[in-house]
Amino acid sequence: MGMATEAQFHVLAVDDSLIDRKLIERLLKTSSYHVTAVDSGSKALEFLGLNGSHEDGQRNPSPASVSLDEDQHQQDVEVNLIITDYCMPGMTGYDLLRRIKGSSSFKDIPVVIMSSENIPSRINRCLEDGAEEFFLKPVQLSDVNKLRPHLMKGRSKEMQQNISKRKGMEEILTPDRTRTRYNELEVV
Amino acid sequence: MLGLGADRLRADMNRLLAFLFHQGILDEQYLQLQQLQDESSPNFVSEVVNIYFHESEKLLRNLRSLLMDREFSDYKKMGIHLNQFMGSSSSIGAKRVRNVCVAFRAASEQNNRAGCLRALELLEHEYCFLKNKLHELFQIEQQRVLAAGVRYPMQN
Repeated sequence: MGMATEAQFHVLAVDDSLIDRKLIERLLKTSSYHVTAVDSGSKALEFLGLNGSHEDGQRNPSPASVSLDEDQHQQDVEVNLIITDYCMPGMTGYDLLRRIKGSSSFKDIPVVIMSSENIPSRINRCLEDGAEEFFLKPVQLSDVNKLRPHLMKGRSKEMQQNISKRKGMEEILTPDRTRTRYNELEVV
Repeated sequence: MLGLGADRLRADMNRLLAFLFHQGILDEQYLQLQQLQDESSPNFVSEVVNIYFHESEKLLRNLRSLLMDREFSDYKKMGIHLNQFMGSSSSIGAKRVRNVCVAFRAASEQNNRAGCLRALELLEHEYCFLKNKLHELFQIEQQRVLAAGVRYPMQN
């Protein structure tokens, strides 16, 4: 899904405030992004295909324990970036960031945090734990413009992976070299 | 002649906007909203503002019922309502309403019930004023659109 280079970038926006959802949606659409907006962290995880409500004593999800949980999940829907509010009831934006970064399937999706409060320790913690950007609300078009490099980087990485995957496939399928390549495959 | 009507209405709108900015009732965020409105989303501003009205009135009712309760003590809950009100006001550029929320929150954090009541009165007043002005703005805009759109079948 979504392997064509011309496909629009898909951004998942998370905010419990309806007004802010409308705003971020409009800002993103104006920038030609395809948008899905949800009102909670758990709905965001659900959308991605991660079982958000599945606690199971995973208070501090380390990469190992989370990937056990969603071993079976490929990315159901292609999401190129997640932008989330920090202050939300239940799962905060920071909790969501941790879940995403702790997930083997989703850790490479860039995450951006928004907050109405300018608290340096909060901002630093988010950036240190993997957030690409931290926007102060109300979010402006100039903020949204900062998303593009993160999205482009993700796409070129994806293309690199697809190219090497395809190369590998071609080598497997070329009849002349089947025998030789078979050995190499086993090594891999 | 009609062009003149639309132009005059536009001037009225700008005058009202200038007044609202000057009085600190609205700030640049409101302009951001206007900039996000275009042919693909022609009613964006009024949609967002109407959501704001709806939510604000609910919040004001909640705040009032909290404070009217003789056994009221849940300042934390009040803080949550206020944060929401502050956030949405900030998002549409409702500067003065937002500032009253800040003062209200300060009173709430001090568990100052009398201060909260005063702040609530002021908040209700500011909100009312804002709502009236925004309605005025939308009305002028509506008239302007109509005036700009009407064509005479013949011109001599």
